[in-house]
Amino acid sequence: MLPISRVFATTAAGLVGLALTTSGSFADPIKFDFWYGLSGDLSSVVQQMCSNFNKSQSDYQIVCTSQTDYDTNLQNTIAAYRANKQPTITQIYDVGTATMLLSGAVMPVYQLMADNGYKINWDDYIPGIKSYYASSKGDLWSMPFNSSTAVLYWNKDAFKKIGKDAAPKTWEETADDMKALKAAGYDCPMAIDITNNESWEFLEQFSAIHNQPIATENNGYDGLDAKVEFNKTSFVKMATDMKSWYDQGLMVIKDAKAGESYAAAFAAGHCQMTVDSIGDHGTIGKTAPAGMHWGTAEIPMYAGNERHNSFVGGASLWVMRGKSADEYKGAAAFLNWIAQPEQALFWSTNTGYVPVTRTGFDFMTKSGFYQKPEFAGREVAIQSLSEGTPTPLTRGTRLAVMPQIRQEWGNAMQAIFAGKIGVQDGLDQAAQRSDADLARAAAQYKGATLP
Amino acid sequence: MTSADTRAAVIPADAATPRAAAVAPGQIDPGIGRDATAGALATPRRRGRERAVRAGEKRAVFGNNWLGFAFAIPQLLLIFTFFYWPASQALYWAFTLQGPWGGANTWVGLDNIRAVVTDPVYWDSVVRSLVFAFLSTGLSMLVALVLALLVDRELTGNRIYRSVLVWPYAIAAPALGRAFRFMLAPEAGLLAFINHLWPGIWNPTINGNEALAAIIFAFAWKYVGYNFIFMLAALQAIPRSLLEAGAMDGARPLRRMVDIQVPLLTPTLFFLLVLNITDSFQDSFGIVDIMTGGGPARATNLMVYKIYFDGFKGLDYSGAAAQSIILMLLVVGLTFIQFRFIERRVHYT
Repeated sequence: MLPISRVFATTAAGLVGLALTTSGSFADPIKFDFWYGLSGDLSSVVQQMCSNFNKSQSDYQIVCTSQTDYDTNLQNTIAAYRANKQPTITQIYDVGTATMLLSGAVMPVYQLMADNGYKINWDDYIPGIKSYYASSKGDLWSMPFNSSTAVLYWNKDAFKKIGKDAAPKTWEETADDMKALKAAGYDCPMAIDITNNESWEFLEQFSAIHNQPIATENNGYDGLDAKVEFNKTSFVKMATDMKSWYDQGLMVIKDAKAGESYAAAFAAGHCQMTVDSIGDHGTIGKTAPAGMHWGTAEIPMYAGNERHNSFVGGASLWVMRGKSADEYKGAAAFLNWIAQPEQALFWSTNTGYVPVTRTGFDFMTKSGFYQKPEFAGREVAIQSLSEGTPTPLTRGTRLAVMPQIRQEWGNAMQAIFAGKIGVQDGLDQAAQRSDADLARAAAQYKGATLP
Repeated sequence: MTSADTRAAVIPADAATPRAAAVAPGQIDPGIGRDATAGALATPRRRGRERAVRAGEKRAVFGNNWLGFAFAIPQLLLIFTFFYWPASQALYWAFTLQGPWGGANTWVGLDNIRAVVTDPVYWDSVVRSLVFAFLSTGLSMLVALVLALLVDRELTGNRIYRSVLVWPYAIAAPALGRAFRFMLAPEAGLLAFINHLWPGIWNPTINGNEALAAIIFAFAWKYVGYNFIFMLAALQAIPRSLLEAGAMDGARPLRRMVDIQVPLLTPTLFFLLVLNITDSFQDSFGIVDIMTGGGPARATNLMVYKIYFDGFKGLDYSGAAAQSIILMLLVVGLTFIQFRFIERRVHYT
């Protein structure tokens, strides 16, 4: 009979030995940070993707943190960089692209992938998306992730009442349809929201589709001394028409602060048309009342113009400088993983965003994605992003103070709609203030050139 | 009685005591107006101490300087970390050109400040902030005064009001902003019925004046409780005998309030005025951010919100730093004006 103490000691030693042997066969995975600016439903999808990545391999572990929204994430990334605590990957929105390119704080994605031995077919990326995030030489500096574009959502039931079965293709046709809808008893033919946030839907998409400049220097791609031009292009006609339609009650302002956002108003059937991001397609599908027939179409344009590709929206993934080689290995593995067609299918199934590569789009089409009723209509976004070849003006905008320019535009439109100032005067004022912001940014980034 | 005794005699400070008895024959008259208790040869220090003893006071001197300083250190540390250090950084940033990503701090002298003061939108923001400050302070103090006077008269339910009315002050500004945004929403809020009667009359998302009214109302609501507590405490410090005397002379409650209570309340009113105006320049940020976002068309673009927007969204750190220095000077200036010109009308008892 062995003494109890001897039994315990042997058991303990045996357990420790077992633990050592089992743990010794796995190395600790390399951890790296990913900060993103989505919240709510979209945030849980990102978290799901992160855990899928961690489960799919054991070398790296990604730690994903939501920063609530894009603005906050950009501010936090900047603050973290100044304190030398930046994340490895960060998700920055479209208008932050110029800021990131001028920062000197990022590692270009094409270089990261090449350094870590991954072969990515960069030409596979949809042209309208690639040109937004690429340098002047055509190399991608950030990885497109959640890309979207704006489309026209239209209520098929309401249009049937006025005897139409297709969405309007021109603004002239849209005006007639709105008048017909109003006469048929609908008191909100189209929902809009004139704040800085609508600059993307109206000013930027309009300019892209009509191949009109928003600023000189090819929207800022060619230099930091750009000046805005939206007060001189055919956008002035668009703004004048919008004001007149608003006065006639054809375009109604729907703001979340007033009770209902424009997307929610459309989803509830209160408004019959709206221009919104394809990213809301899933949410509208989930919140629309059962039996409501609705669809998407490309944004209308003025008759007699050739249609060009619309601007991409959403955000892309940037890799920050100053991290260790191991973290870069992990980042490259993650970026390679999300570029796979399977992940594109996962992402687009669970959110409204579109696939960013041709291969991804083809994979999803073959798997019957766009035949499913809840996803039908999203291919309109790809179509909109692929119209023609990108011209120097339809690549995107590369203005470091785009958030400020959007704010000036929004303020001018609000003053115009409130009747405080005329359309041309309002746009001229916005242009003047935007130019001052651009000059200030040029001074701030003196000596830096856009890659 | 020798002459020495007479000289050293200490005589009670009684106005009835003949002055002649204090002066020994042959001695110089200490002078008219001098303290009658002091003997002619008493030294100034002894005179002071005697005066103090007469008055019944004892002077306490805290001899341990080191301990006093130790007590003050935590507060000094807090003030240094949360005020002096950030303020000095802001001062430095106001005179340099800051890149958003750090590095490249070029000295530009007064350029940032010049850019700010030559901007008409900035002056518009200053005017709006002043309008907001005075209207919200006035509204909040008026309502608080009325409530305090009524509660002081011990109307029914005054015990409940005493405890409950201060609660709004504890609500964080963003939470308050969200609640009021819902309540004042033109389509879904409590005021939606007005829009049913007169369509389009209330719409703070497009009408700038209505947006300003909404944030003034929300801010004033928060500070009513704070003002109320101070005013009530001050009212209760007014001796009842004064009010009773007034009542006996036939003064009605309203006249008593206006002629007796409010003038005696002026020290508290002055204190609250300074505090309310100062707070309205900085505590309004949360309300503006949630309720209106500075709009519509910059109608509610208060100085403090503009600093946040230009600095954090526009990434113009230098301009925002210059604006915050100017804001600080403005608030200091306003406080100085209040102390210089309004304080002399305050009746201190």
